[in-house]
Amino acid sequence: MGMELFILMLIAFMLAASLIAIETRDLLSSVIAMGAVGFALSVIDLLAGAPDLAITQVVVEVVSLILLVRVVTAREETQPVPSDALRTAVTLLAGGIFLAVAFFAFGGAGGGATVPPFGQPVLTSANPGVSADYLARTAEQTGASNVVMAIVLDYRAYDTLGEATVIFVSILGAYAILRRVGRRKEARA
Amino acid sequence: MNQHHGMTLIVKNTTRLVSGFIAVFGVYVALTGHLSPGGGFAGGVILASAGILVVLAFGREFSQRLVTETQYHLYDSSAMAAMIILALLGYLAGGFFVNFMNATSPQSVGESVGRLNSGGTIPLFNLAILVKVAGGLAGVFLALAAFRAGGRSQGADAPSVALPGGAGEKED
Repeated sequence: MGMELFILMLIAFMLAASLIAIETRDLLSSVIAMGAVGFALSVIDLLAGAPDLAITQVVVEVVSLILLVRVVTAREETQPVPSDALRTAVTLLAGGIFLAVAFFAFGGAGGGATVPPFGQPVLTSANPGVSADYLARTAEQTGASNVVMAIVLDYRAYDTLGEATVIFVSILGAYAILRRVGRRKEARA
Repeated sequence: MNQHHGMTLIVKNTTRLVSGFIAVFGVYVALTGHLSPGGGFAGGVILASAGILVVLAFGREFSQRLVTETQYHLYDSSAMAAMIILALLGYLAGGFFVNFMNATSPQSVGESVGRLNSGGTIPLFNLAILVKVAGGLAGVFLALAAFRAGGRSQGADAPSVALPGGAGEKED
């Protein structure tokens, strides 16, 4: 229970930081508030028993923070978005939909299917219990002692291939935008 | 922040001391991904951050003398190809992405669980993802740095180079 309270405090911190990131006029403060959200998320990962995720989150957060700070300090142009009636209406509508979905998901209408309680994910409580099967048979089936890696790179390797393809394509796109050959041609013309 | 000559002497000396250790730690996190928390993606980002540190501290010309963007892109692409070839090799044992060197298959080369060469193709995939992620991230960062510096030095004769999408033509 103590850990749950700590996680709730971290979530409150993340909400506050993301509000600051949205509302502040200074782009650098906004970027740093985004970084605070990411680091708090990595602490939550660690508390919830997911060190693989926590390592990846910290490392990616550091690199993306460096990139964003570098980009933001290179150019200082901020355009505050004017608030109008339509924007407020859309925001209120989205908030209302979120509240309604949360109400039904936590069994507010007395329905059957609800979100499982904290610490008991679906894969352990559902009937076949595939999670227990992974834990019991990973060592003999794959030979890896880190079950997360065995799932990511053996049982569900298609998923990893898709993820790698996404990274590859996005990096190709970045190279295509940033290439210098096209710039030189356009500069001469 | 002077783009062409990097940062101060303190930063340069610290980078000289630390960047090698960062790179080795990234490779370690990826190579022991099947034994302990970590994996190819996290290791790749750590390895890329060593390259990013060199770009930040010494400037882009120094780092381009070490590795250019094209070389980074070559690493990225060849690691992607290696990943797909490794997945295709799974047909030796029956299907795409089948772990053909794991503990139960006849081609097994692994020792007991917990040793470095256990896990069949899992460490090999981790290695491919390490090279892929490191090459991709460090290459994009170097390309960004080169792009900015290029825009600044050309500023006199080509004031605003038009790019589709309006990405980054307002450095000066």
